[in-house]
Amino acid sequence: MAALLEAKALTAGYGQTAVLHGIDFAVEERGVSALLGANGAGKTTTLRAVSGMVRTGGELRLAGERINGLATEEIVRRGVAHVPDGRGTFMELTVEENMRLGAYVRRDRAEVEGDFERMFGYFPRLRERFKQQAGTLSGGEQQMLAITRALLLRPRLLLLDEPSFGLAPLVVQEIFAIMRRVREEQSVGILLVEQNASLALDFADRAYLLETGRIVVSGPAAEIGQDESVRRSYLGY
Amino acid sequence: MGATEDVPATPVLVQAPPRPALAGWQRSAVVLLGLAAALVPLFILESFQLFQLTMAVIMALAVLGLNIVTGYNGQISLGHGAFYAVGAYSTAILMSRGDWSFWATLPVSAAVCAALGYAVGFPALRLGGLYLALTTFSLAVAVPQILKHRAIEDWTGGVQGLFLVKPDPPSWLPLNADQWMYVVALLVSSVLFLLSWNLIRSRIGRALMATRDNPTAAEAMGMNIAVLKTRAFAVSAMITGVAGSLGAVVIEFVAPDSFTFAVSISLFVGMVVGGVASILGSVFGGLFVLFVPNIAEGISKAAPGVIYGVILIGFLFLLPDGFAGLLRRLAARWRR
Amino acid sequence: MDGLAHQITAGVATGGIYASVALALVMIYQATHHVNFAQGEMATFSTYIALTFIQAGLPYWVAFVATVIVSFAIGVAIERLLMRPVQHAPVLTHVGVFIGLLLIVGNATGWVFGYTTEVFPSPFESEGLLLGGLVSGHELGSTAVTLAVLLLVYLFFRHTTLGLAMRAAAYNPASSRLVGIRVGWMLALGWGLAAAVGAVAGMMVAPVVFLDPNMMLGILLYAFAGALLGGIDNPMGAVVGGFAVGVLENLAGAYVVGTELKLTVALAIIIGVLVVKPSGLFGRVVLSRV
Repeated sequence: MAALLEAKALTAGYGQTAVLHGIDFAVEERGVSALLGANGAGKTTTLRAVSGMVRTGGELRLAGERINGLATEEIVRRGVAHVPDGRGTFMELTVEENMRLGAYVRRDRAEVEGDFERMFGYFPRLRERFKQQAGTLSGGEQQMLAITRALLLRPRLLLLDEPSFGLAPLVVQEIFAIMRRVREEQSVGILLVEQNASLALDFADRAYLLETGRIVVSGPAAEIGQDESVRRSYLGY
Repeated sequence: MGATEDVPATPVLVQAPPRPALAGWQRSAVVLLGLAAALVPLFILESFQLFQLTMAVIMALAVLGLNIVTGYNGQISLGHGAFYAVGAYSTAILMSRGDWSFWATLPVSAAVCAALGYAVGFPALRLGGLYLALTTFSLAVAVPQILKHRAIEDWTGGVQGLFLVKPDPPSWLPLNADQWMYVVALLVSSVLFLLSWNLIRSRIGRALMATRDNPTAAEAMGMNIAVLKTRAFAVSAMITGVAGSLGAVVIEFVAPDSFTFAVSISLFVGMVVGGVASILGSVFGGLFVLFVPNIAEGISKAAPGVIYGVILIGFLFLLPDGFAGLLRRLAARWRR
Repeated sequence: MDGLAHQITAGVATGGIYASVALALVMIYQATHHVNFAQGEMATFSTYIALTFIQAGLPYWVAFVATVIVSFAIGVAIERLLMRPVQHAPVLTHVGVFIGLLLIVGNATGWVFGYTTEVFPSPFESEGLLLGGLVSGHELGSTAVTLAVLLLVYLFFRHTTLGLAMRAAAYNPASSRLVGIRVGWMLALGWGLAAAVGAVAGMMVAPVVFLDPNMMLGILLYAFAGALLGGIDNPMGAVVGGFAVGVLENLAGAYVVGTELKLTVALAIIIGVLVVKPSGLFGRVVLSRV
């Protein structure tokens, strides 16, 4: 059975600079794959490659269909939701407007209303701040909003770029707890980029370790988490 | 950084000019040859055609002025016609109301325009590319109205304008007045072109371009951006103003409606088509500004404007570094 | 000499025109961070199209609607054909393309429609002054029309999904793509809307100033001044600014500088705003570049 997302010999870069030098990874249906590595390893670039924000070479297949070279908005319309680094919140718009934009491509109005309720179930604070300008939300709340926006697409594949970045540990815990619930309740595959390796390995099924644009270690997350030498050399703990 | 991110708004249309491939003496020889060649038309052209060529030289000088502040220093001016007008009127007023000789008016015109350019340079510091373009554009549109105003009518001659008389050629030269004007225009322009060429190749020139391409880095390296930019405006205004003075005396007439925003636009188009940030490009620009409308007018009254616009857009899409850039690239390929 | 009250109401009427064009300018600015120098010429061109429809026998309001639709299409076409190829180019190139557009549209108008000044009909003719001698029929009617247009645009942007998508695309194109918005088409739509609004402005002002190829150039300047005064990235501000400039211009022209220098008033406002408070009264743009 084909994986939800499959990358083979994927290359990507900005202008003349190549960042990814041919990597292979996969995300199973309803599975979670984690991309780990230091700053500059190419993790964010990998997510951008999947959502079509950078030029790519090699093979990138979503449920068997080749998506290299498609425009971002077309990839999104195929069910890929990307929560970018920096969250990409529409600062000048309200929380409500941000959420409506999340559901922009959907045609099923009634279901969307139901999904709004479900999101409030995950993140009650968003209901409180519904009419507020998104730029006034705290970092944690903006992260919740960003995830909500992505989930409102009812994506098949969710790309998460450093959800823990800049957030207090308690908030991060909260977010990952919700992510677990999401994973159980919705059939969505997740490609997670995280600097916080232990958090990621705890959550993921598979893990890939990126170093300067190449994958140096890959395997089941649990194994990697227990491998002392890997942890010490690459993950710093 | 993603492929979809916007490029920063610094106008990097051309790379730094390549180091000249000719030795010092070769360069001087080329310049002298060029000047000699420029004198040939004196002997073969009819009066009217010589007048047109004279205007082309003057336009080239005006475009050079614009190039200094916009091409080399990145401050977009859509209002250089205003400096041209001020130069023209300075000379016209002094000659017609004050009975000055033409040569005496030149330094005054230069000084006035430099001061005006300097004054414009200050608010310009606060404006980014687009807003400066907008402000100078507004200036260009407002100029005819200002020139017609009653308060200064006694000086400017109001709507009717002022008439001038071309200076007589010196008695020891066997030239008529038109030919003499051609020589004068050539002389003044050559001097200013040479000075500009030296300026651009000097440290100051590099600083101007550095300020254009990467202001933060330039400042970090100790360049005083504010001083550079205001002085660039002053020099630029002075050069275009002197061109205006020459134009006034060659045409022998100034009136507010000769200086609509069309002048500013022509200079801008000439700069782009000739070659932004290029001395040689300014020459091409001048030729373009003068001769294309003449040819186009033969087609229809509207044709010059439409053709200008089409050519401008065509060059921006296909040949952003203008004629001069095209020549440069061909020369580089030929040399290989 | 007209009374102060009439100067003010006349100022409001012309202010409505400036507000409309200012709104068109801001719509394009917000989406692309470029100022459409050719907005006025496009509006003039549209007004000539309207005149052609009317002279062909169409009733006024049919011609009006037809012109708005055609102008919309022209705006979309210009964005797709001219703006899209240079979207990542430096500022100088963009300014150049706008100037080129100004030249082409401005001169094409004369070429296609001739240079004689034409009379343009108003659907609001009245015998005398209305509202107790304050306004002419046309001033009242055109103010109503421009206000209606501005209201419709406001409602569109605030309360429709498409309007929301367009605002999102203007604020944050990258994030907009990530929710599936086709940003390129949003820009084209913005241009179309701006062109349509400009066309309405042109048709409202033509009966007053008579239609000739240079009709809108001065008006463009006032619209710039209004947009800057209100804040070039703020549609509400632009509208308020437009009305303010209309009233200011009329008062200044009547009581301070005389009608010959009215354009200089616009220039003074532009320079004043940019030097004193570049973000305008309501805007957020920070302009400190050295």
